[in-house]
Amino acid sequence: MTQAPEKFVGGGVPRKEDPALVTGRANWTDNIKLPGMLHAVFMRSPYAHAKITSIDVSAAKEQPGVVAVFTGEDLLDEYEKHPRENPAAVTGYDVSLHDRTQGHSVTGETDGADGQDSDEPRSFVSWIVHDELKIPHHDPLAHDEVNFAGEPVAVVVASDRYKAQDAIEFIEVDYEPMDVVTDLEEAMTEGSPLAHEGFGTNEAYTWDLATGDIDEAFSKADVTVKGHYLQPRLIPNAIETRGVVANPDPVNGGFTVYTSTQVPHITKAVLSSYLGVPEQKLRLVAPDVGGGFGSKLNVYAEEVIALVLARRMGVPIKWIEDRSENYLATIHGRGQVQDIEVAADSEGKILGMKVNLLADMGAYLHLNTAGIPLLGAFMYPGVYTFPAYSFECIGVYTNKTPTDAYRGAGRPEAAYAVERIMDALAAETGLDPAEVRRRNFYEPFDEPTDTPAGIQYDSGNYQLTLDRVLELADYEGLREEQRRRRESGDPVQLGIGFSTYTEICGLAPSQVLSALGAGGAGWEMAKVQMLASGNVEVITGTTPHGQGHVTSWSQIAADVLGVTPDDVEVLHGDTAIAPYGRDTYGSRSLPVGGVAVHLAAQKVVEKAKKIAAHMLEAAEDDIEFEGGTFSVTGSPDQNVTMTDVAGAAYMANNLPEGMQPVLSEEYFFDPPNFTFPFGAHICVTEVDTETGFVKIRDYFGVDDCGPIINPTIVDGQLHGGIAQGVAQALYEEAVYDEEGNLTTGSMVDYLIPGAPELPNYTLERTVTPSTSNEMGVKGVGEAGTIGAPPAVINSVVDALSPYGITHVDMPASPWKVWQAIQDAQGQEAGTRDADRSGRPAQAVDSTDTEGGSTS
Amino acid sequence: MIPLAFDYEVAESVDHAIELLGQHGDEAKLLAGGHSLLPIMKLRLAAPTVLVDLGRLGDLNYVRDEGDHLAIGAMTRHCDMERDSTLGEHCGLIAYTASLVGDPQVRHRGTIGGSISHGDAASDLPSALLALDANFVVKGSGGERTVAAGDFFEDYLQTTLTPDEVLTEIQVPKLNGAGWSYKKFNRRAQDWAVVGVAAVVERSNGSIGSARIGLTNMGSTPLRATAAENALSGADPSSVAEATSSADEGTSPSSDIAASDEYRRHLARVLSRRAVEEALTR
Ligand SMILES: Cc1cc2nc3c(=O)[nH]c(=O)nc-3n(C[C@H](O)[C@H](O)[C@H](O)COP(=O)(O)OP(=O)(O)OC[C@H]3O[C@@H](n4cnc5c(N)ncnc54)[C@H](O)[C@@H]3O)c2cc1C
Repeated sequence: MTQAPEKFVGGGVPRKEDPALVTGRANWTDNIKLPGMLHAVFMRSPYAHAKITSIDVSAAKEQPGVVAVFTGEDLLDEYEKHPRENPAAVTGYDVSLHDRTQGHSVTGETDGADGQDSDEPRSFVSWIVHDELKIPHHDPLAHDEVNFAGEPVAVVVASDRYKAQDAIEFIEVDYEPMDVVTDLEEAMTEGSPLAHEGFGTNEAYTWDLATGDIDEAFSKADVTVKGHYLQPRLIPNAIETRGVVANPDPVNGGFTVYTSTQVPHITKAVLSSYLGVPEQKLRLVAPDVGGGFGSKLNVYAEEVIALVLARRMGVPIKWIEDRSENYLATIHGRGQVQDIEVAADSEGKILGMKVNLLADMGAYLHLNTAGIPLLGAFMYPGVYTFPAYSFECIGVYTNKTPTDAYRGAGRPEAAYAVERIMDALAAETGLDPAEVRRRNFYEPFDEPTDTPAGIQYDSGNYQLTLDRVLELADYEGLREEQRRRRESGDPVQLGIGFSTYTEICGLAPSQVLSALGAGGAGWEMAKVQMLASGNVEVITGTTPHGQGHVTSWSQIAADVLGVTPDDVEVLHGDTAIAPYGRDTYGSRSLPVGGVAVHLAAQKVVEKAKKIAAHMLEAAEDDIEFEGGTFSVTGSPDQNVTMTDVAGAAYMANNLPEGMQPVLSEEYFFDPPNFTFPFGAHICVTEVDTETGFVKIRDYFGVDDCGPIINPTIVDGQLHGGIAQGVAQALYEEAVYDEEGNLTTGSMVDYLIPGAPELPNYTLERTVTPSTSNEMGVKGVGEAGTIGAPPAVINSVVDALSPYGITHVDMPASPWKVWQAIQDAQGQEAGTRDADRSGRPAQAVDSTDTEGGSTS
Repeated sequence: MIPLAFDYEVAESVDHAIELLGQHGDEAKLLAGGHSLLPIMKLRLAAPTVLVDLGRLGDLNYVRDEGDHLAIGAMTRHCDMERDSTLGEHCGLIAYTASLVGDPQVRHRGTIGGSISHGDAASDLPSALLALDANFVVKGSGGERTVAAGDFFEDYLQTTLTPDEVLTEIQVPKLNGAGWSYKKFNRRAQDWAVVGVAAVVERSNGSIGSARIGLTNMGSTPLRATAAENALSGADPSSVAEATSSADEGTSPSSDIAASDEYRRHLARVLSRRAVEEALTR
């Protein structure tokens, strides 16, 4: 161990993880090979909605290398004969154990074989947003009905993956196609096809929230503006697809499950519950995980089936998802129709805001499907304070891949709608978009402050980030250039778009989660143990999958303990090493898990100080700790190092009376509140009005996520986050045809932008510490993805405003932008029957639902 | 993403390749860079039972100056054409167009022969070769023949190649001072063209002598914009916009999630104008 007089938090410590990752030596799930391991491949439904009338697997069973083939029917007893476990008491994830009277299985049948919860549909749902939430029965393998294209209907187990894949072609399934519903608005009309006929409706739930007197706000208003916006469905596209290896342990009768997940702890709880495997018999390991973006914040059918097969066949079972499957069978994100309306006075001060959402659930509820839009419910007011707010969200079933968390999860949607409507308000009041924002900001605050959505923000100084970004971008100069281009009729017009956002991070205070029906248990665990050598192990319940926790947690522990980051190893992602943890999502790892590391390390120092006092024969109050050395106040020569103390604590032959040996301390941190990072972004676009092509010329951002642990990592999170926000704004959309086929089923059609499409970012930071934790940290994993989409679209619309265009839906493809210009010029609209990419944008003169209206 | 099983044979020479093709009939496919063939095999949209690999035929990777024209071996990779100085000097259009194909990985594997033989109207090089009036040398069990680019492409993914024929060489006339341009419109740098336009423009005494325009992805094969070419012939450079407004005449672009046929037609007109204008400056 090295005595470390310097501090590491805030410094650009290189990521410890990178050498292995960039040289291809990481331990991905697909690299795991176990003796006797068999390979599973799934057969998936080509229909979005159909009855399965028969499945014949006999020919497939005869294929070379095939060991077994199972249908959904074959595996039913796996769920029914094992009494289900209730791990909720210890894990906080209350899976499928609610006393449900609403949700009946689609077929009307119940799973009563186990004699308990006979009305309860079997499902992966965790977040029960509402007492009357309708929960579709969701078996891992469909047996009598399929509800989205890509739903698994059979599984082949073979000696290798190629043989298993070939055998799939020999399974014969007869489907009786049923009516399909894909469009959210259509799904809510009378007579629409039903995703689950047993429910009699496509509505999963309605959830609302209201504060203040919204009617009064609108009746007093000088100005009202409304917007109708579409949030495209997005495919998360983690670079490593999903994969699982389930290994039976003949000695203890349990299982080790290796899976590419963000949430090994939650997965353990859910698998235990779903399959009746006692929790103490399950070990979950998340090996190196190549990204998740929320898509691996879930427990999936394939993980359940891998464990089922391992239990049934007594051998290790591996399944690795291919990219085509990833597009169909891993959750999607977003997918909302947003109506937002704002009432303001003639000065542009907001009096009230109404939000109505339709949120696409897809065909089934995954862990948090129903709750994702509600993470946005609290964030529509954004950085603006006003007296009245009303929010309503209707969850809608469709015959499409289920949705769930995707980077930002509910908050990008909220930030987009509010930032778009702020531009509409600016246009309506004739104010500069920066000015209308400024007029509605909170005064800078460093105490928890009430918001229109009934929560409290931890701290904020929105003026500061806006002022700085205006300076960085040379706002006046940009407006001047824009004027010149407009006057000269340049075919390439300049757009300047703002986004001043805040978001909710640091999931989460357990009591708040409980109150929202999300199970509870938002704490995080850290254990800091000093070894006999004086080196350090940090055990964390967070589960990094690209974020660099190993580096950041090392820096945090090193600073508290007075050692260097190289003296610290961070252990994670294995429930045998870290039995307690709530995993990684929602920008929670640092403000909850990192803070737990800090607090656990402090406990170590407290105990070490007592031992040091004992060793130095001084009073504890007279001991100072600095740079890894304990010394007696006033006589610095009298000292012992942390190494000395760690050794003494381990040897235990000279400890204070009654003290236990070793320096090893745990901390369970349950945050008192969320954290709310914020920032101001300006996106500068050049729009080719002849082709509709949008080029991002510059992107300026000033973000505030509180104190920084590692600037390189924070920059990386912002760069990637903004890229994903730009992707949503200009490129990405999961498009379905009327039969419910995903037409953007590969990376050729689903457009993920690469480096050539992205600008060099100009980023700066301000630091406003959070009041929700001792370190003041806020989290930064999703900020870019939340801030960027409205900045980009506001910029495109700004460029096109001379045409009278007030809105272009995401993704603002060249075709859509060109169409908007055509429409605005009153020309014949293009042939639209083939437009499956969303609607062409609407210009003011072609619709009455868009843009501002003065009342 | 897992192809059906197939056998793999290595061709030691063009004749050997022809022999292997003859043995296996239309069950066999030639493998060049594999960047069109392998993706469709992985999606099980193609399932040849034998692949005959041309990868070892290093003697088909060349660019030669043959006096009035350049000869390009069928196995020349996009990245090699991109950097080839002979091409740069005498036929910048090919070098530049090759530099816009896909991404660096694609350009290091994909070949000009594969691009042409695959017969995808969305590929970039075929329309450039069409605008250049290139010729293709094809060898089969019946001997060798030379096909003009304009006669080679028959329909979507369909060319005049018979199952036992190998495309061996591409012959392009030198530009000899003619202006050129390729305008590729795509959403991302790595994508195929939504629409692409190749232009070769000869100047004569301040006006346009002749213009040849090749269109990418405006129908089931690469096409020439004949009406616009006619309008440009002898025209004053100031009338390019008007002359290219017929660039989409005679095309039949598809409608898909990237573009409607109408939008493609519009792009063909805009890009043709820009391509001819740029060619006039080169
Ligand atoms: C991600 C990606 C992006 C791409 N982007 C573009 C793009 O922007 N523009 C573009 O033009 N192309 C693009 N391509 C296609 C790329 O250029 C291909 O490499 C090319 O089209 C085919 O060449 P190949 O050598 O890979 O042929 P292969 O895939 O090996 O073969 C293609 C077909 O041609 C046949 N064939 C090959 N060589 C011969 C020969 N000498 N004689 C007879 N038949 C032969 C094969 O049997 C096969 O049927 C892209 C490909 C990928 C994977």
